[in-house]
Amino acid sequence: MAPPSSRRSGHSRRAQYSRFTSYLVASIGAVIGAALLGLSLWQPTTFSELRGLAGDATEPVGQTTSATRSGSGGVIDTVAAYFRAGSQNAALREELQIARIRLAEAAATDEENQRLKELLRLGESDGEAVAVTRITGSSASSARRFAYIGAGRSDGVTVGMPVRSARGVVGRVLEVASSTSRVLLLTDSESVLPVRRAGDDIVAFAEGRGDGFVRIRLINLGINPLEPGDLFVTSGAGGYYRPGVAVAILEETRPDGGIARIIADPAATQFVRVEPIWLPESVNAASQSPNSALSDGGEDN
Amino acid sequence: MIEGDLNPRSHSDPYGRRINREHSRILATALPYATIVLGSILPTLFISASVPFVPPLGFLILIGWRLMRPGLLPSWAGLPLGAIDDLFSGQPFGSAILLWSLTMLAIEWFEARFPWRGFAQDWVAAILAITAYIVLAMFVSGASLTASMAVAIIPQLLLSILLYPMIAAMVSWLDRLRLMRIREIR
Repeated sequence: MAPPSSRRSGHSRRAQYSRFTSYLVASIGAVIGAALLGLSLWQPTTFSELRGLAGDATEPVGQTTSATRSGSGGVIDTVAAYFRAGSQNAALREELQIARIRLAEAAATDEENQRLKELLRLGESDGEAVAVTRITGSSASSARRFAYIGAGRSDGVTVGMPVRSARGVVGRVLEVASSTSRVLLLTDSESVLPVRRAGDDIVAFAEGRGDGFVRIRLINLGINPLEPGDLFVTSGAGGYYRPGVAVAILEETRPDGGIARIIADPAATQFVRVEPIWLPESVNAASQSPNSALSDGGEDN
Repeated sequence: MIEGDLNPRSHSDPYGRRINREHSRILATALPYATIVLGSILPTLFISASVPFVPPLGFLILIGWRLMRPGLLPSWAGLPLGAIDDLFSGQPFGSAILLWSLTMLAIEWFEARFPWRGFAQDWVAAILAITAYIVLAMFVSGASLTASMAVAIIPQLLLSILLYPMIAAMVSWLDRLRLMRIREIR
């Protein structure tokens, strides 16, 4: 069938004008889009209020599907376990995994304590959760890796707070709306997290690659001491994350570090904790301009 | 005997009963927009920390309506619908406004160039549009581009291309639903 829109407008002035106008409006739409896109790439937080409203509006749907998701995931686990080696196998394996991570984390914490004992005690937060909530959604069709959680400004969540699951670090709060927040996941290519190897003092940056893995970049270059299977935990540098929380396990080594797999996969986690920023002072200091550092004590820009 | 009048189906067609019923103007106008907005929201309910594996459903349904029912969506529909998609997709605001508007213009051109076409040609047009959209959306997403990201979008691309025939079938079913005679005339 020849589509109605491809019929020639002929000599009818009205038809000609209305077609021209619709093309014009579509082109103006594209120009507006390009301008808004440029603005939001330049100032990423410009439209966060609008996005927050939209997120708040769809939050109930996200809560429902997230409850269903964790329920159906359990069914699949149970069926899989039955076919493998009995109904409890899957649950036990999961527990063992978490226990192993915990053990490595505890060892890392011990060291951290040893190191910090002589240092001046800064006003660090006690690790109590600001909110415990579900992951209600993610940007599953975009090249960016964001997650949406069901806690927001009304729960006391603010921008920058770390988000973790029972297994390890999930990400960091990027935008806050009234009852939802947007979280930058570790796998996003804009995410950089200071880490160190559990067991010693090899420090590195864990950068998201945008394809589900994180890249471990060693700070001190030289002979690469890493081996596949090494566990990386947060180092506490930067002040956002509490040190000693599990981040990633190395899969393969590269000359400047390696490629690692994240431990806390948001798709497999039911609940997440939003924790307060570990050392707010050092975060403020980092965001302060060098010129205003001494003159107006600690106002961040 | 007037047998035809005794058969209850003789007064109806695929759009429902013909006597005493009329199309609903609200349903006929709003259904395409509602399904596209729903398609924009739906992918956010999936959790994916690794790769963007869920097809951009809002975009697929948009080109589905545009190619299956030309003239139904005005050529500027990419502006409002893209703005709504941007609120949910995680892309920087403006990316879908730009890309959807350009898609509408491109399909307009395609239609003027190839007015007589079947489903195969529509699918080819959809494949081109989907590929261009997913690749360009990655470029304007604000992420630091890496080679691994280009590999990471391939599953989503293939899934979207294979999903289009299903979207087209769904759109034609929705089009029948859109024109159901549900309004009662008294």
